[in-house]
Amino acid sequence: MLIKLTGGTVYDPASGIDGQQQDIFVQDGRIIDAPKDGRPVDREYDLRGKVVMSGAIDMHTHIGGGKGNIARTLLPEDHRMDPVQRTPITRSGNGHAMPSTYVAGYRYAEMGYTACFEPAVLPINARQAHMEMGDTPIVDKGGYVMLGSDDFLLRMMTANKDQKAINDYVAWTLNAAKGIGIKVVNAGGINAFKFNQRKLDLDEQNSHYAVTPRQILQTLARAVQELGITHPLHVHGCNLGVPGNLETTLNTIQGIDGLPMHLTHIQFHSYGKEGDFKFSSGAAQIAEAINQNKNITADVGQILFGQTVTASGDNMRQHANHRFASPNKWVCMDIECDAGCGVVPFKYKDQNFVNALQWAIGLEIFLLVEDPWRIFLTTDHPNGAPFTSYPHLIRLLMDRSFRNDMLATIHPEAQKMTTLASIEREYTLNEIAIMTRAGAARIIGLKDRGALSAGNWADITVYTENADRQTMFTKPDYVFKDGELVVKDGQVVKVTWGTTHIVKPDYDLSIEKDLKPYFDKYLTMKLGNFKISDDEISEDGRGSLTAHPLRGAA
Amino acid sequence: MTEITEVPSPFCGIGTDDLSIQVDGATLKVIANGCAVNTPAFEQAIADTTPRVAGQSVSLEAATSRAAELLRGTNQPLIGGCATDVNGMRALLALADKSGAVVDNLNFNNARRNLLALQDSGWINTTLAELKNRCDLLLVVGTDLEAFAPRFFEKYLWNEESMFLDSTANREIIYLGKAPSGNASTAPTGQKATVLPCADADLPDVAAVLSALVKGHILHAQNIAGIAINDLQAVADKLKAAHYGVVLWGAAALAFDQAELTVQTLCSIVKDLNQLGTRCSGFPLGGKEGDQTANQVCGWTTGYPARVNFARGYPEYDPYLYDTQTLLNNGEADALVWVQAFNSGALPPKTDLPTIVIGRSGIKFEKEPDVFIPVGTPGIDHSGHAYRLDNVVAIRLKKLRDSGLPSTAEVLTAIEQAL
Repeated sequence: MLIKLTGGTVYDPASGIDGQQQDIFVQDGRIIDAPKDGRPVDREYDLRGKVVMSGAIDMHTHIGGGKGNIARTLLPEDHRMDPVQRTPITRSGNGHAMPSTYVAGYRYAEMGYTACFEPAVLPINARQAHMEMGDTPIVDKGGYVMLGSDDFLLRMMTANKDQKAINDYVAWTLNAAKGIGIKVVNAGGINAFKFNQRKLDLDEQNSHYAVTPRQILQTLARAVQELGITHPLHVHGCNLGVPGNLETTLNTIQGIDGLPMHLTHIQFHSYGKEGDFKFSSGAAQIAEAINQNKNITADVGQILFGQTVTASGDNMRQHANHRFASPNKWVCMDIECDAGCGVVPFKYKDQNFVNALQWAIGLEIFLLVEDPWRIFLTTDHPNGAPFTSYPHLIRLLMDRSFRNDMLATIHPEAQKMTTLASIEREYTLNEIAIMTRAGAARIIGLKDRGALSAGNWADITVYTENADRQTMFTKPDYVFKDGELVVKDGQVVKVTWGTTHIVKPDYDLSIEKDLKPYFDKYLTMKLGNFKISDDEISEDGRGSLTAHPLRGAA
Repeated sequence: MTEITEVPSPFCGIGTDDLSIQVDGATLKVIANGCAVNTPAFEQAIADTTPRVAGQSVSLEAATSRAAELLRGTNQPLIGGCATDVNGMRALLALADKSGAVVDNLNFNNARRNLLALQDSGWINTTLAELKNRCDLLLVVGTDLEAFAPRFFEKYLWNEESMFLDSTANREIIYLGKAPSGNASTAPTGQKATVLPCADADLPDVAAVLSALVKGHILHAQNIAGIAINDLQAVADKLKAAHYGVVLWGAAALAFDQAELTVQTLCSIVKDLNQLGTRCSGFPLGGKEGDQTANQVCGWTTGYPARVNFARGYPEYDPYLYDTQTLLNNGEADALVWVQAFNSGALPPKTDLPTIVIGRSGIKFEKEPDVFIPVGTPGIDHSGHAYRLDNVVAIRLKKLRDSGLPSTAEVLTAIEQAL
């Protein structure tokens, strides 16, 4: 079927197109050049006056895996407020902070998103992450595999194994768990918590292993680089949420020796300790460091006010933060000599000084980082806010007067502690398209996604231009996934199943000579049973795997 | 004849995956690493292979159409049992969504004791590999652990080597409540577990006293339920002194009223210990007959654990109202679908309602159901996934033989599509 999207105003930063009126042709799921043979168009959409972008990509959202399911189970009262009816084409479920998988897929698609990446896939829990993502309709998905607190790596580092051996282990794990990137959460800290360390600074040693977080970050960043994995090491830093952690974050940036590194939910890592309340914004210094260091990218992890639930691998920090749990119930777990998790419900309040300033800090970072290719729009769903709040966040970025109106309503002391009112910048549609499409596809390493030039998969979102950007981005006119119309007027009209994006870096199989006895002796599963096979993703008849190229020899 | 090694078991709940099984046609023999739970479950012979409608053999298609016919036009169908693998649960929930059914896992009344504590205050828990490598003090509350999983001690406590203990044989085991039925808890050194016995019904009081002692409260009583306070004080002191204490309980064994409050007390003891500066974790048992699998899949599909009702067109959760037996007793259901792919001995509840049984081959019914469809067992007749008791690890079940029996998922999907 040949589809023609006629006359839309196209924002396709990957192709350098910034708001030009042009036609797009789609055939067999992909965007093609305008046919020259005069064959008839089967279906034409008149998009004159509409804004056309590629489908949005959420590069960091907790949509699949054990901690999310703990969060769901923990909060029945949160689901009861947001039941979702079954329709002839869609399944029922529940929404709000941590929606059921079907509802998550539908709502992402209805917001114009066509791909989502789960950033904390514990290798031992990767099956669950893939099964949950396998039940998340329409959108493509993928995951970053968590390393850095696993005993195998820390043993290797303590034994001074060479970088090559570590690269083999990293690549082996990535293949076994089927991810597209490597994530570190509180490097070594989750492990240290099991030895009863309650905090771990960048240069502090694990009490059992002679290893520091800085060394773990350097080792894994180097592994990612040398293996040719496109997505930089995805780092949830040390000291999340701690006043003064700005210094740790700056130190982390300096300490990575110029290697590519992605700092995730950086808002939670940008705090000073100035002022009467010993809590202040470090956004300006952090943004400056990002601007200066081209090897660094970040997503913000914006908080927005209201009830949500935080679900993190960082059980060390989550345990420390449990005193803020609202409602007062929370879960921490140590997991399989692999990692851990902590689930703490939060209610961010605009009249709470700390929460109000967190809100302002996130926005300051968005607005002070100059290069939209290196900063990404996230709320660290559901940790800062549910993903359904993205249209509101986009309006805050694009509309200064709206932003300042909101600012005027938050805790007055927080207003005094932020420079937000003086920041004039308003994001353009092109910059939004970079942050949520072209830049995201580039940083994840997605081939043929996030762009509208011929050859790309036809993931396309069409909006009606509206000065109220929240309204505009809440309800797209059309969303196409792989060339099929899946959403019309903000409603799912067809349910499709996206692919799972992975990378498959090479490794020396001899790594299994070390791993097999380790599994036999210390773990609770056989090595052969640990590795996820391709058919586990595809046997339900809906799932598929798409392997992306490596960057070439590093 | 072939031999398959590293076979994972969906039966014991602890995710044993080192079984060796000899396959001779449809006959299985566990030749290594069996136990009293796993061996009979794997070796059980296939009995019936043909679906029946009203006791008469029919084709699979005829059976699934008849099942759909029975469900069509019902107002409140009830899908009980829910003992199957991940794909079986996925299909079960799709059928429930479409037919507006109640979904109720057969172990929910046990799991509820944990879930109510979780949903009220949360917990700090751990998993098997942490226990295997770190646990230096195991407090078993109200549970006969070796009866639950015969190889638990061998695999996870008396393992030869651990990463962080000088000698696994020096782990300390304390039982509170039920005494162990055998000697599995005796260390390789010959050191026997400490047992502080009390009646199940006294566990709430005993747990409350332990909680008070952990918090540092001074008690005037000399003993509680026959246990000297000094002995409980010693347990509290040991928990505080341990590097990585683990408090283990089996909700199924806590068969007294409001046992969720005792679970909550145990969870709060663990939290208090962590707050006071030592590491300690809880460890609830479970994972049998697909109960964790049911709760996990229902969790991501609906947001709730496996006792939900789809009658309004969306899932509603109520840990009491949607109990299978309660619905049947009150005449609130009008058809029963019973799904039990693991255990042919677990009969469906007695009822006069139209009944469809999707079950493991070999069920001996007291009353022939309207429709019976024998299905393969996950991990024997088809591959699949099942959750272990610690809720994090899904094991990849293997297909061991070609029995021709359909999977739960295939049968339930066929019924859903025929609806």
